[in-house]
Formats: sequence, structure tokens, C-alpha cells
Amino acid sequence: MNAKKATRRAYGDYLVELGAGNSNIIVMDGDLADATFTKLFKKAYPDRFFDCGIAEANMVDMAAGLSTMGLIPFVSTFAVFGTGRAYEQLRNGVAYSKFNVKLACTHAGISTGADGGSHQSIEDIALMRVIPGMTVIVPADEGETRKAMDAAIEINGPVYIRLARTETNILPDHPFEVGKAAVLKDGNEVALICCGVVVDECIKAAEQLESEGISTAVINMHTIKPLDEQTVHKYAAKCRKILTVEDHSVIGGLGDAVAASICGKGGFSFKKLGAQDRFGQSGTPAELMHEYGIDAETIVLNAKN
Amino acid sequence: MNVEELKKICTSVRIETLNSIVEAGSGHIGGSFSMVEMLVALYFEVMNIDPAKPKKNDRDRFVLSKGHACPALYAVLAARGFFPMEALKTERKLGSILQGHPDSKVCPGIEASSGSLGQGISIAAGMALGAKIRGTSENVYTIIGDGECAEGQVWESAEAAAHYELDNFTVLLDHNGLQIDGTNEEVMNPRDLSAKFAAFGFETIDVADGNDIEQVLAALKTQRKSGMPRFLNCYTKKGAGVSFMENQLAWHAKQPTPEEYAAAIKELEAKQ
Repeated sequence: MNAKKATRRAYGDYLVELGAGNSNIIVMDGDLADATFTKLFKKAYPDRFFDCGIAEANMVDMAAGLSTMGLIPFVSTFAVFGTGRAYEQLRNGVAYSKFNVKLACTHAGISTGADGGSHQSIEDIALMRVIPGMTVIVPADEGETRKAMDAAIEINGPVYIRLARTETNILPDHPFEVGKAAVLKDGNEVALICCGVVVDECIKAAEQLESEGISTAVINMHTIKPLDEQTVHKYAAKCRKILTVEDHSVIGGLGDAVAASICGKGGFSFKKLGAQDRFGQSGTPAELMHEYGIDAETIVLNAKN
Repeated sequence: MNVEELKKICTSVRIETLNSIVEAGSGHIGGSFSMVEMLVALYFEVMNIDPAKPKKNDRDRFVLSKGHACPALYAVLAARGFFPMEALKTERKLGSILQGHPDSKVCPGIEASSGSLGQGISIAAGMALGAKIRGTSENVYTIIGDGECAEGQVWESAEAAAHYELDNFTVLLDHNGLQIDGTNEEVMNPRDLSAKFAAFGFETIDVADGNDIEQVLAALKTQRKSGMPRFLNCYTKKGAGVSFMENQLAWHAKQPTPEEYAAAIKELEAKQ
């Protein structure tokens, strides 16, 4: 547990390795290649690196077009710009068409540090997980970053990989599967469900809690979407306390994803009616309200069940 | 195909477009009619496409950046055989391949979903860059609107297309001068769009009458002088083809009364 590396650096390093074996991989950046570490790919494969300038909206939509030509664009910038400035390009330009674009953004979270609040993205997980068909991965260390990138290439569709600026400890090697939590430590009183840079903090916290006689599980929820609900429910059933920890707003991120999953598993019934992670389509308002389960008929049906 | 035949196709595309919009109960007539000649020129004369193999590798690509005008594109795709003419009756209805704005997930011949203005031109530029990276010969075309040019992204993409010297990329402007809230000059004056694209590095051609298919074809077939992307500033009439709809702002998206519909069809059929 001594070696440290930022996930942004791990991303830059592994892009170069991936680029060697797959000539369809191209990399785009918005004039931040030095900070996102795509500069390493730029140096290795200048013909497949495209600096799109400080114009994130165009960069994301160009990636959409490039993906239709059989290429696999990895698009990088800071999370606040990639998911915020270019949000609607990701929504309508990429995800609505289910295009094969990989967005890997660095400088996510307050752990970004000295640049301050304007450059610390604390809402990117929320923005990305609300988009239908978007896979959202938050690697905790170098190993997970590499495995997340491998997995992203296997997925035919949009993927968001959230990367950090700050260095974090390299975790002991563990299996990684998209949508399957990595239980780093078992426990039956407190469950710490976490992702990204705070996984290491949770491991430290669990060690202290254990020393005080409190059995603590550490669940590394590297995939926010699709969420491993089975593991969430398992620990919700056996632990008296669940804490979610993330370098992100408590609104819309991992915490809300976990809360939504376990809400209704207790003494009362809870169900969310609305668009179930799918885009809209053409139709009459009445047809669509029925199709998406928000008309009186469907409400009654759900209230009775 | 000779010019007279192409003109007849333009007329039948307008009839099918109008019928589909009336059947749907909503849709954009004015901006569909203004770009019919551009679409027919591209799909019947210029682009390398095969409706029987809509995904063939070396096909030329088209993205309708002004996606709200898709009824005309649907009518052209149907006329070209990408899907049965019957499908035009399902436009904007639940479960249709012909969504209110183009959806590439469900509609053959649609290369990218569009309609959020400013995005289609970037997506098309990405396709053109993709062909360059792969060293293949596809040409990429997009039609943008004049109101759309207020989107900053149009200029981001123009800058990038010139930066990457995309000489396989053509932007056609449907310059009908009107947008939802008024004339371009009233809403957000775009000033000299040819000069602007030229300043970004495009080779530009002004097409005095973008509703004259001969002029549109001549511009599309003009040899490039440089290794740069091309901009065709096609001056058109909103609602072109039906005299009482031409240059009338009201026809951006209004539904005709039964009398107006009958009069429009009568005028169009007289041209066939």
C-alpha cells in the first residue's frame, strides 16, 4: 500500500499501451493534455491525437461523428467542462444515438485542490448517471483505471470514467467487473459504500473502527451505473448502519443511487414512477404518459400492488 | 437524371412532406420546403449511397443539422427507397421510425440523431475527420439553418473543420432569412455568413437561388480550389414551392387549414 499514483496519470499511461494494440483508438482533448496526461498518447501517436482547443461542445460532438466511422474516441478534459459545458452534447449528440464515445474526465471532486471550487466537479456523477444508457465508472486506483478502460472498450456505447487529480494509494489487486462492487473488507455492523479517491480513506476508517470493536465492511462501488444493487441490499440487510462516501455532492451521486436502491426495502413501500432510465419518443402526450407509467391508470395499479 | 426529372422529384417530395405533416398534426413546413432542392441534389445526384445497403462502408454521409426540418428528409429517403413510402404516414406517432426529430437508432438512412441546433455540424465534421484518419474517400455533407448560426458551437465546429483541413466536408446553409421569432436580422443579426465562414478558412460559394436545383447542383459539383472545407450559402425561400407560404414567417411550423391544404396541393400538382 505504499505506491501512490493519480488515476489521471494511470489513465494517461494506459492509453499509450492500449493505443499500441488497437489502431482504432483515438484521443481528443480540450487544451488540457498536460493536465489530463493525454499528452503521453499525443507523444506516442501524434496522428491519432486531436487537440480540439478550448471548445468542449464541439469536441464531444466531433467524437460522436468519429465513433460512427469505426473509431473509438477517448475524450478528455476536466470533469466540470466535459460533463457540464458539454452536457447536452453528451445527452443529445452522443447518448441519444447510443454512439460509442468514451468520456474520461480528470480533476473530479474537491480533492482537485488548489484550483478551487470553480474547477472541482461535484455534480458530474449526477449529470452522467441521469443520461439513459450511460455507464458511469469511478476507479479508485491505477489497477481499476486500467480495468475500467478495458471494460469501456468492450462496451458498445457511451461510458463515463471519472478520474482524480490527486495521488492515491494503489490498492491490493482485486477482481474488477463493471456493475459488480468490489468488497474490499467484509463486516456486519457498519457498511462503508464508497468510490474513487475516498476508498483509501474508508479503508483507514474501517481499520480504526475495527480496533474499537466495530465490525466494518468496505464496499468499493466503482460502478455507479449500473449499480450493484444485490450487494447494496445484502449489506443493508445485515448492517445497522450504512455510510456512503464520495468526493461529490450528496445530491445525485453514489449516495442517492444507493439510497434509491434500498429505499422501500425496509418497513414501507417506495417506488419511483417516471422515465425508467430511457429516452422519450414521439407520440401524443396521453400515449406517452401511459407508456412511461405516469398516468392515473398506472398510478392506481402501482398503489394497489 | 435530367433537370426536369429532378424538378418533378422536388415537387413530389413537397407533396409527400406536406401530406406527412398534415397526417402527423404538426411539423415544420417552411424550413422543410426551403431545403428540398439541396436534399434532392444530394440524394439523387451527388452522394454515393445505396438504399439497399444503407450502412455500406464507403457511403457518403449526410447529417441534417437543422433536424426540425426532417419531414423533407424523410420524404427524400422514402423516395430514394430507404424505407417504404407508407412509413411517412406514421411520422411523429408512437413507435414510428420517423420521430419528431431524426433518430438514428430507429430510422434507416439517418446517420446521426439531430435537432438540437449547433450539434449536427460538429457531428458531421467528426465523420469527415474520421474518413481522413482512416484514409477513406467518403464525403460528408450537412445542412444548417441561418437561425442556427447563432449557436456558438457552429463556429467551434467551423474552426475545427478548417483546422483539420477537411476537404471532404461541405456545409450547406439553408438561408431563408426567417426563424421562429422573426427575421434573422430582428432576432440575432448574423451579418455576412459567407464572409464569416471564409474568415474561418472555408472555401465559400454563394448560390443566388437555393431553390433552383440547377444552381445547387452546379455549386455542389464545382471543383474545390483548396484543401479546405466548403460552405455553400444557399439563399432560399421559407415555404418555397407554395406561393402563399413563401417567405411567410407563420409557416415555420403552422398547420394548414383544409382550404389551405387543398390550395397548396393544387398548386404543387400543377407543377407535375
